[in-house]
Amino acid sequence: MNFLAVVFVLLGLVFFTGGAVGILRMPDFYSRLHPAGKLDTMGLLMSMLGVALYTIQDFSLGEVLTGLKIMFIVVFVFITSPTATHAIVDAGVRAGLEPWTQDKGRKEP
Amino acid sequence: MHHFFLFAAIFMALLIIFSLYRAVIGPTVLDRLIGVNAIGSKTTALLILMGLLYHKVEMFVDIALAYAMLNFIAVIAASRYFQKRKGLFDEIEGTQKEGDVS
Repeated sequence: MNFLAVVFVLLGLVFFTGGAVGILRMPDFYSRLHPAGKLDTMGLLMSMLGVALYTIQDFSLGEVLTGLKIMFIVVFVFITSPTATHAIVDAGVRAGLEPWTQDKGRKEP
Repeated sequence: MHHFFLFAAIFMALLIIFSLYRAVIGPTVLDRLIGVNAIGSKTTALLILMGLLYHKVEMFVDIALAYAMLNFIAVIAASRYFQKRKGLFDEIEGTQKEGDVS
């Protein structure tokens, strides 16, 4: 159980690292939303699964309830994070931000 | 096991600093909003790890859930606010003018 917890938390940290690097390095506002919206949910799923597996050591009622609450956070974020990302994209489109294209990147490198 | 969670929490704090760069430097207002959203979702995981370090997970779970809800409401409210604001256009035009000069 502890070994699985370590593996899942490390996988979650890998996904979080990918999200942070993607937010730093992507060229455009719309393309930055891709790591911001996707990898955070995946990293949260993996790391919270590891923490929940570590929390449930012997199957007493309080520990199982805490693990279920941790997984409830994951369910909540899986609903809210795409909604928030879609709201940000909607604000950008309505404000008239132009997407990054290859020609524009060549003009101003 | 305690040391593993400690180092995982420190590493996640470093990732929060990386996201803070986008929240401070970001060229437009919505870039800063992306940075703030990323910081909030990382803080939710960091709070659970802090609960494991203090051996009080059952208390920190509720705090993390409230923080996730607060982060969601903040991002929704800010994006709805910037839809109808002219400041978004001004800042984009300002950066384009700077690019033309240089």
